Amino acid sequence: MEMPIPNAAVLNKKAHVVRRLSKVLPSGSVISEEHETRAYECDALTAYRCSPMIAVLPENTQQVSDILRICHEEGVPVVPRGSGTSLAGGAMPTADCVILGVAKLNDVLETDYDNRLIRVQSGRTNLSVSGAVEEDDFFYAPDPSSQLACAIAGNIAMNSGGAHCLKYGVTTNNLMGVTMVMMDGEVVEIGGSHLDSAGLDLLGLICGSEGQLGVVTEATLRILHKPVGARPILIAFDENEVAGACVADIIKAGVLPVAMEFMDRLCIETSENFAKAGYPNAEALLIIEVEGSELEIEEQLTKIITIAEKHNPVELRQSNSPEESAKIWLGRKSAFGAIGQISDYMCLDGTIPVSELPYVLRRIGEISKEYGLRVGNVFHAGDGNMHPLILFDANKPGDLELCEKMGAEILRLCVEVGGCLTGEHGVGVEKRDLMFDQYSHADIEAQLNVKDVFDPKWLLNGAKVFPLIATEDRRAA
Amino acid sequence: MITPQTENEVSEFLANTDKSVRIVGGGTRQGLGNYVEPEVKLSTSGLTGITLLEPAALTLVVRAGTPLVEVQEALAAENQQLPFEPMDHTSLLGTQGVSTIGGVVACNISGSRRIQTGACRDSLIGVRFVDGMGTIVKNGGRVMKNVTGYDLVKLMAGSYGTLGVMTELSFKLLPKPEASATITLHGLSDTDGIAALCRALGSPNDVNGAAHLDGKTFIRIEGFKGSIAYRSEALKSLFSELEVTVETNLNNNSKLWKSVGDVDIFAKIKTSIWRLSVKPTKGPEIVEHLHNAGIELEAQYDWGGGLVYLSVADDINIRDYLVEMQGHATLVRGNGGGAAAMPIQNKLVTEIEAGLRAKFDPREVLNKGIMG
Ligand SMILES: Cc1cc2nc3c(=O)[nH]c(=O)nc-3n(C[C@H](O)[C@H](O)[C@H](O)COP(=O)(O)OP(=O)(O)OC[C@H]3O[C@@H](n4cnc5c(N)ncnc54)[C@H](O)[C@@H]3O)c2cc1C
Ligand SMILES: Cc1cc2nc3c(=O)[nH]c(=O)nc-3n(C[C@H](O)[C@H](O)[C@H](O)COP(=O)(O)OP(=O)(O)OC[C@H]3O[C@@H](n4cnc5c(N)ncnc54)[C@H](O)[C@@H]3O)c2cc1C
Repeated sequence: MEMPIPNAAVLNKKAHVVRRLSKVLPSGSVISEEHETRAYECDALTAYRCSPMIAVLPENTQQVSDILRICHEEGVPVVPRGSGTSLAGGAMPTADCVILGVAKLNDVLETDYDNRLIRVQSGRTNLSVSGAVEEDDFFYAPDPSSQLACAIAGNIAMNSGGAHCLKYGVTTNNLMGVTMVMMDGEVVEIGGSHLDSAGLDLLGLICGSEGQLGVVTEATLRILHKPVGARPILIAFDENEVAGACVADIIKAGVLPVAMEFMDRLCIETSENFAKAGYPNAEALLIIEVEGSELEIEEQLTKIITIAEKHNPVELRQSNSPEESAKIWLGRKSAFGAIGQISDYMCLDGTIPVSELPYVLRRIGEISKEYGLRVGNVFHAGDGNMHPLILFDANKPGDLELCEKMGAEILRLCVEVGGCLTGEHGVGVEKRDLMFDQYSHADIEAQLNVKDVFDPKWLLNGAKVFPLIATEDRRAA
Repeated sequence: MITPQTENEVSEFLANTDKSVRIVGGGTRQGLGNYVEPEVKLSTSGLTGITLLEPAALTLVVRAGTPLVEVQEALAAENQQLPFEPMDHTSLLGTQGVSTIGGVVACNISGSRRIQTGACRDSLIGVRFVDGMGTIVKNGGRVMKNVTGYDLVKLMAGSYGTLGVMTELSFKLLPKPEASATITLHGLSDTDGIAALCRALGSPNDVNGAAHLDGKTFIRIEGFKGSIAYRSEALKSLFSELEVTVETNLNNNSKLWKSVGDVDIFAKIKTSIWRLSVKPTKGPEIVEHLHNAGIELEAQYDWGGGLVYLSVADDINIRDYLVEMQGHATLVRGNGGGAAAMPIQNKLVTEIEAGLRAKFDPREVLNKGIMG
């Protein structure tokens, strides 16, 4: 992975920058020894690593502001970091950067059930936001699979999704406001306890900007009362196409389940060997979950079953107890782990129009044969967000490169059929060089112009999202 | 008035003009904003038509000049709808014409369902536009989940045509409900009415309309028949101490909620009309505060109390009374004590906005002055 050449002038003043940062931060919050900074050398895209020059762990917005002001004055690049679970290398350092970690910012600042909102510091983990309101039967809807570890800060930066976003939307749809520190140290409040913006929708712009526009320190999030209940159903088919058609018919019939997950044969078999959920022997499998009271669950499931039966499923398994429900989910939830047991893998994240599902799955099969690497498909079928898992051998020279090449081809396929490179993981460094496959130069320029306004010196996470060649002049200026 | 027939014609025109341009959709709201008389009007009426409607994917792609009613009819034929319930404010404003889908997006118009399915900006998944230099730009696309690059889609929604002329828009859709119910609570004060709405919205009943006006408090649910029957009972039992009526006729309900969304109660009153977005429980507090300051007014609450329409005498600028308020106020109609129409924002936000405008429209030709 190509990264910009570290700025020698910055590296040379490391000691000076450490001194200045130490003046505004409590002891222990500035990490500069090489054996310690290594803890920040990568995020969940572990194939790429680089230790930062310095890492800092501020405890409040004021300290974040002081750090950024100093880095701005000294011309030091900054990479914000939440929990480091990005799969796109979004939090990967450059050798001349300060990693600004918000892990110590983890307080709940306000819960307001009347107005259905919670205000938290941004380093708080996703799951512990729901945890803070769980006793009162409320929850925060976006639920990435990494929710135990990932921080709200990273969720906002990546506009993360989750299994239930078909009904509840992704982060941007549940974010009401942020406190953000600009690269020059100025603190700005955007949005809050009311809906919609007074002027331009800056909140919408910041969400998903991958830590390039400012450092978010606090967030106001929408919370909801938990549904009365939820229940999954498992439907297996002997053809991918048929599973795709079934999904389409369910949507057309006006049923909007909270989740519709798809697994192909490789994933079914692998996760079955691993988790023993009792999945049927089939080409394709759907797990569909509906919510509500007992009566409402029955009503929706009846509709879904009627539709599914028209497609001759090889198996249709209902759940009669919480244990059976857990078993239906078990295989799906273990799918990534199960694949991880048998092989190294790369997880893609392209989105396609759902109507293209059968074609895309067929093409992925062909591409897989061409490259000689196996692919498992497990994904959110309702919204077309695919997660093809390419299996490779990290110890075999050239295999990672082959896998990346194949991944790029699959992502280009997603774009070709009207979809996009990434549905929820973000561009980071991983998909940076494919941006021109989706966007024209003018499209990219419009986005670069936005960064110019927020961070004119291009110090914040500037080596991400856009092809380096497109940002070279700006970063050098 | 110039009327380009294609995106390229829009581009050519903007690349070669140095005149100030006012973008006209349906023209139902041309007088508003901080109006500056333009040298040229650019109509989007040549940019019409649905380019893609895929009900099985809940996806619509449509050219920006397409009348809203045409969009709504096409969707209704598939038993689907725009999730955000855009209002028709011609009666409130006493204007004529038909709104265009581009005009709706430019103003991020969202109705009662905003509290559940989000604003116009939440349903918008892709946009094509021509910036102030005539450059054609696209962002987002036609899929619901997309985090590829910055989200300029959200930025364009609600930009009032100050960043570019939108030419094509993509939306995610929602099925039309099979059934609906409006639970009406009678005899509550504003404060008690909003408190009741907070309770309903904080229950697991998927409430997607929550309004208070004219001494009545309205709670709406939509969905399948069995579900509506169940949730109506659940909601009724929350308010067993009150006088409660339930309406389950789909037509009556859509009429009722249309009149809430369109703010019909103020259509015939000739005062200034303000639109406030605030924390829901603050809605009635603000109204009481204004009452106590001796201001005569009438209020309609939507979004569980968070969207307040106020009818106030023409010589009063209510922003003078809302200094400490988190939220914002737009002067929708009337003189408003000479107030600026668009909300006033803090200095840093204003600077960022000006910075963005300078990038998208460096020559300041587009919809000058409209956002202040
Ligand atoms: C096992 C696993 C499962 C996953 N499942 C999902 C899933 O279901 N859905 C999904 O969407 N994602 C998923 N992810 C990806 C990842 O968890 C998300 O992208 C998550 O939001 C990252 O959060 P984080 O706190 O770890 O951020 P980090 O990895 O630390 O950083 C991510 C990005 O956010 C920026 N950032 C961090 N903090 C700030 C801040 N304070 N201000 C501004 N920018 C900041 C960083 O610079 C970086 O660009 C998964 C990851 C793993 C490892
Ligand atoms: C300043 C202002 C404040 C408003 N406040 C409210 C309000 O508080 N409540 C409410 O319900 N409605 C409000 N509206 C109403 C809004 O006008 C309509 O709902 C909708 O915009 C009508 O569509 P139209 O096609 O008639 O638009 P028009 O009246 O023709 O245009 C509305 C605005 O959108 C711009 N525009 C139109 N098409 C495009 C396009 N394709 N690309 C870029 N810009 C475009 C226009 O230049 C204009 O600024 C407001 C409108 C304006 C201009």
